[in-house]
Amino acid sequence: MDILQLILNGLMAGTILAVPAIGLTAMFAVLRFTNFALASHMTIGAFAGFIANVSLGWPVAAALLAAFIIAGAVGVATDELILKPFRASGFITTAIGSIALTIALENCVRFAFGNELRGYDLPIRRDWTWGGLHVGPQQVENLLIAVIAMSLLFAFLSFTRTGKAMRAVADNPMLAAIKGVNADMVARLSSFVGMGLAGLGGMLIGLDTTIDPLIGFKTILSIFAAAVVGGLGSLPGAVVGALVVGVGEELSLLVLSPAYRSAVGFLAILVVLTLRPRGILGARAY
Amino acid sequence: MEHYAVAIAVTAGIYALMALGMNVIWGMAGLINLGLVGFFAVGAYVSGLLALRFGTPIPIAMAAGAAAASAFGVAVALITVRLRGDYLAIVTLGFAETLRIVMSNELWIANGTDGLSGIPGPLRGALPPHLFNLFYLGLVVAAVIVLFFLVDRLAHAPFGRVLRAIRDDEQIAQVAGKNVVLFKVKAFGFGTAALGLAGAFYGHFTSYIAPDLFAPLLTLYIKLSLLAGGLGNTMGAVLGAVLVVFFLESTRFVVPLIGGITAVQGAALRELMISVVLLVILRFYAKGLMPERLEHPALPDKATAPAQA
Repeated sequence: MDILQLILNGLMAGTILAVPAIGLTAMFAVLRFTNFALASHMTIGAFAGFIANVSLGWPVAAALLAAFIIAGAVGVATDELILKPFRASGFITTAIGSIALTIALENCVRFAFGNELRGYDLPIRRDWTWGGLHVGPQQVENLLIAVIAMSLLFAFLSFTRTGKAMRAVADNPMLAAIKGVNADMVARLSSFVGMGLAGLGGMLIGLDTTIDPLIGFKTILSIFAAAVVGGLGSLPGAVVGALVVGVGEELSLLVLSPAYRSAVGFLAILVVLTLRPRGILGARAY
Repeated sequence: MEHYAVAIAVTAGIYALMALGMNVIWGMAGLINLGLVGFFAVGAYVSGLLALRFGTPIPIAMAAGAAAASAFGVAVALITVRLRGDYLAIVTLGFAETLRIVMSNELWIANGTDGLSGIPGPLRGALPPHLFNLFYLGLVVAAVIVLFFLVDRLAHAPFGRVLRAIRDDEQIAQVAGKNVVLFKVKAFGFGTAALGLAGAFYGHFTSYIAPDLFAPLLTLYIKLSLLAGGLGNTMGAVLGAVLVVFFLESTRFVVPLIGGITAVQGAALRELMISVVLLVILRFYAKGLMPERLEHPALPDKATAPAQA
């Protein structure tokens, strides 16, 4: 297979992977825990988008917005009701709680939709060919949407007062509290944005393939890999990490069967933790 | 029905072995292991393959299974134990998933998703089936008793006290001159050996293992066992495992009573019930239903140190 084509595919897959990876790392930065419930929120987003797109006949862009909002809203609700009390009793309780939560939510989706593979309602279009490289129009659209979503997030964090407050809490919660930042509000907002991005990412991945209740769990290893490789807690790191993991997963096709895609992510985690635990752009890992 | 009851009891014993192992890792050392099922699978596969392909005597194969699981456990711990707990969580979870992918796709190791069948059991041919089950139950119970006394001994030995010190306040343990990293790695290695042993017992009992059997849900069952029994409480780990198996089996009977749902919906409902019960216990009894008792007479009853676990 052509290496250039693989790298191109990897960059596109990586850009999409960056969306939920940013969500994960943003929640980690503000709330200080790895939220394994990300997997089920990707599934929820993918299915919310499915209802909007297939059952209600909305265009894909509107369905993606629905995926973001529904997953974000579920994220805020579950964090407030379930995960928040766990954070007081320590990290292990929170991690196990978020795993149990993800299995619970995933099974709610399974109860409603069953295990069948489903696809979105998409027009069939011919691939674009350019100098021997093939690109699907849908992939390009997904890429643009991912880039727009990430640009909006970075603009929000850099230029708005609320965004700055979020960064302040992530950087130094005590100092932020002294300056009068409402930590609860910031926590809710980061749950909304983080899980919203997870839902958006779930649907973007589903647009490329099919969706089923396991879509989140199947990709979570790649997302964790992206966040860890880039440095847990660093947003630009998540983007860099996602691109590295995306390209790495595609290049692995040269030597491995496609089934090993997410195993490559795991390998990346092991390598990074052994050589440079704080990741490419992260601050510290202990 | 009797056959079923014995099989359930064997399952409970296997869960108890795992709960005892996790009691060392989580209850005593305060380390997380979200990939419990991966170590369980290593034990099952190594022991099953050795017995099936190389005709290794079953006790030796089982010991090898436990040793292999422990070796993986030590490797995982060595990579992550110096870092924040989040990394151990991610790596253990990733380990279990990756192992599942490898075992599903490498047909030459153990037939991929078709699974490994015909794993020999001790005296399986020599005894009629119902006697074999009873005999196996005896073996499992014996293993639980031995492991129980080992873990209980460990809990009261200086080793166990250091682990609890690390769990409650790592810095103080370090200041007291304890090699925290070494203790954590040892605890993880010991616990994962028990998980591997449990896996070996499982494989030789059912005679069939496949990657799909090692789903992350099992990890939740054992966490639930520990919480039901009380974290750090050795007796509680065993009781909790028995309770959880009864609970799991009863959901099997409750769900069909709800009319008008498909098999997939029934399975989803069962998993939903189990995870919700875990969430409720975790929320309101974070230290378990029967918390570990402080054995120090001079200390007040309420734990003074802010618990990490």
